[in-house]
Amino acid sequence: MTEIVEETLCELRQTFKSGKTKSVAWRKTQLNALRQLVKDNEEKVFEALYQDLGKHPIESYRDEIGVVVKTINHTLSNLDKWVAPTKGKLPLFIFPTRGEVLPEPLGVVLIFASWNFPISLALDPVIGAIAAGNAVVLKPSDQAPACSSLIAKTIPQYMDPKAVRIIEGGPQICEKLLQHKWDKIFFTGSPQVGRVVMTAAAKHLTPVTLELGGKCPVILDSLSNPSDLKVAIKRIVSGKWGPCSGQACIGIDYMLVEEKLAPTVIELLKKTMKRFYTESPKDANCMARIVNKHHFQRVQNLLKDPLVEASIVHGGSLDEENLFIEPIILLDPPLDAAIMNEEIFGPLLPVITLKNIQESIEFINEGPKPLTIYAFTKDENFKKKILSETSSGSVTFNDVLIQFLCDDLPFGGVGSSGFGRYHGKFSFDTFSHEKAVLRAGFFPELEARYPPWNNFKMTFIKLAYDLDYFGLFLLLVGLKRY
Amino acid sequence: MAAKVGFDGEAAAALAKELRASFASSKTRSYEWRVSQLNGLLKLTTDHEAEIVDALNSDLSKPEFESLIYEICMVKSSCKLAIKQLKSWMKPKKAKPSMTTFPSSAKIVSEPLGVVLVISAWNYPFLLSLDPVVGAIAAGNAVVLKPSELAPATSSLLAKLLGKYMDSSSVRVVEGAVAETSALLEQKWDKICYTGNARVGRIVMASAAKHLTPVLLELGGKSPVVVDSGINLQVASRRIIVGKWGCNNGQACISPDYIITTKDFASKLVDAMKSELDSFYGKNPLQSKDLSRIVNYNHYARLTNLLDEDKVSGKVIHGGERDTSNLRIAPTILLDVPQDSLMMQEEIFGPLLPIIAVDKIEDSFDLINSGTKPLAAYLFTNSQKLKDQFVRNISAGGMVINDTTIHLAVPSLPFGGVGESGMGAYHGKFSFEAFSHKKAVVCRGFLGDASLRYPPYTEGKLSVLKALVGGDSIVDIIRSLF
Repeated sequence: MTEIVEETLCELRQTFKSGKTKSVAWRKTQLNALRQLVKDNEEKVFEALYQDLGKHPIESYRDEIGVVVKTINHTLSNLDKWVAPTKGKLPLFIFPTRGEVLPEPLGVVLIFASWNFPISLALDPVIGAIAAGNAVVLKPSDQAPACSSLIAKTIPQYMDPKAVRIIEGGPQICEKLLQHKWDKIFFTGSPQVGRVVMTAAAKHLTPVTLELGGKCPVILDSLSNPSDLKVAIKRIVSGKWGPCSGQACIGIDYMLVEEKLAPTVIELLKKTMKRFYTESPKDANCMARIVNKHHFQRVQNLLKDPLVEASIVHGGSLDEENLFIEPIILLDPPLDAAIMNEEIFGPLLPVITLKNIQESIEFINEGPKPLTIYAFTKDENFKKKILSETSSGSVTFNDVLIQFLCDDLPFGGVGSSGFGRYHGKFSFDTFSHEKAVLRAGFFPELEARYPPWNNFKMTFIKLAYDLDYFGLFLLLVGLKRY
Repeated sequence: MAAKVGFDGEAAAALAKELRASFASSKTRSYEWRVSQLNGLLKLTTDHEAEIVDALNSDLSKPEFESLIYEICMVKSSCKLAIKQLKSWMKPKKAKPSMTTFPSSAKIVSEPLGVVLVISAWNYPFLLSLDPVVGAIAAGNAVVLKPSELAPATSSLLAKLLGKYMDSSSVRVVEGAVAETSALLEQKWDKICYTGNARVGRIVMASAAKHLTPVLLELGGKSPVVVDSGINLQVASRRIIVGKWGCNNGQACISPDYIITTKDFASKLVDAMKSELDSFYGKNPLQSKDLSRIVNYNHYARLTNLLDEDKVSGKVIHGGERDTSNLRIAPTILLDVPQDSLMMQEEIFGPLLPIIAVDKIEDSFDLINSGTKPLAAYLFTNSQKLKDQFVRNISAGGMVINDTTIHLAVPSLPFGGVGESGMGAYHGKFSFEAFSHKKAVVCRGFLGDASLRYPPYTEGKLSVLKALVGGDSIVDIIRSLF
């Protein structure tokens, strides 16, 4: 096991040193190949995702294949722009010096993917790393074994095996990987493991991007127009149970609503869920299942607390053999229960009632900063307050999950939901070093720069710092005291 | 408002708690507060110039010129730039929303991270304390500053002046050494900025990992100067000298550490440097008032150790004189110091300049790349080809062609390291960004709801989805709807 890691790292370092991955043509070839891989293997991807998570092809396309294709298209369209240096504005007194910021690859990067979106959360960062000119080692999650295996088999068939490698395995291989020096580590997963990754990275001063999670709330304000409320509920249902049955970092974790609205909201939720998932969601084939027994039991345990169990107002059927949990709604479970203190990452939706919806800000601020906050409201002042008084990776008003699709927006957390960001150009930047380059000429020479020091030189430089060109002129023609 | 003797874990926790409460009150977020604090920093720097110069003289025997130009003027410029640009930096930036979520709007909002810790260094103790503080405050954070104990007069002055001029509910100074720093590092901060060496950088990052705190590490390394033949030797020598001995006598993170030149050119370069050194510092450089001393006896012993190593003695071709009681070492040049000597294995951080002579100037690249990535790399040449090769093949925090160190003073360029020389960057707008969280915000209305998003999932929905994602033309998308 150690040998695989060491050999891979050694080979990839050689490849990087050869300069091959820096060529923009090479990067484009790799990205095109990856896009072809995804297109050629669409059915196999659907099968693997069904096997690992019970995902319907639409969910698989929408959240996994589609995301990868979109990212590659966007990257290929913009790569030439991204690799170009950015000119820096320089103060006039060092004319004709030119300055620019040149992005360069970091070297050999390590990407850890998570199990809930085992294709897109594996390949999206890889796209960014390659676009930036790096060599890449990808460690897919062992908890989605069919996808991990598919990736390990197909990538070498399409991409340059001297520069892109897949290393499969569980915690042991992760430990081995983390012992080595990488030029960057990109990790998607839980805060607990995030700490382990960052601690290991610290030994080698390896920069990290941590895409973690948290309890993402949805604030549902009163909406006077009943059709708006219907749309809101549809979006909320799709934002909770749509992505991998609630096992998503930006999936809705819990809802905040005013207590007088709660009964209406719960009724509407039930109606909408019935329409989407039928009376028997397990058989409707529109919802993913729980990834494995460990997580099934974890989610089940959240319901074991009798007070929590008593707060269930809808659903509650758990099928351990098929790892399926039907959508469950809870009304005001105790706030000190685990379900309200840990990220649920499952199909349970606690609805927390407040006297006044404005209290939701304080409620959210009592916990760690989430990856995202959703708010359905038409109150512009309330929107402003949410934006300025809470902190989260992102905020989406009146919809769910769509911030994930926007290539122009940075995707990442803050506080315990992580740091660093990606998507679009942010992916390119995250895997690049922005090198400042100044090009000076031998002339003109500013004598004031050199010792021995005297008052004239001092005054000259002070004026230069102040960009006081007129003052400099006066000094030089002898009309200014020093 | 300095911490008393015996600042321990309890005191650190209390301090963090107090500043958190202050941050939670939203006081530091207001534009007015930030500008008033920046003006406070500007005023304390302007009104206490003489005291600052004295403190720097006491700590480092820093020439008044250097204190004014590299510490005081730079802090003032930083403050003025931040004050001038703050409104524009604080403005949200529009982003392009995704076509698939039409109609929607997207923007990126900058928000403060919270309470940040700035750990400063001893070599530019005023600048490297306040420059990051300028960024932290501009971004709306509360700040704790830990100046270096190896520059005690400056540390004490900073504690006094910040206590007097700044809002002590949100900006505090903690003086002390290892124990106090460790106590601070145990707390949770929203960002840590550390300037110093790689060994302590690792400790800082490992401590930060426990709390998932992002870090900005400004470290160091061996910054090489490659000197090609056929250049204006006088200008090149002067620029090398002022970047080396004119910057705190070589005790600067971006000082030229060593020179690489060709065997044929070496003697010409040495002659030019000797001649310029004489004109700058006279025949008795140990007496020159235009050179800093070595900061303390530990570093003095470390440097003399480098000089006295067997492998290295006999390689001194200029200088080498020392004055132990005044902690001074004269500008010293060495030729052909072996690669495995201590001097070539660690960052020198002092007035010793080894020159390595190679056969061909291109050999310098392999030599530089055999070491860790430095904070800065310099090249003197008239060859466009060599410039391009240098920029393309050497990775460093920043690079300057035909000059040294001036990129430090250009606020439009990011200043930071890569690999062992650090992670993250600051200066100018990059300082504001280093201490901000960029929050993605998406706004939608309730119209434009496509049933395609919702279950039950059908074949028809899948083909529309593919068309939308695949970037097909409008015609194809419409076609897929039927």
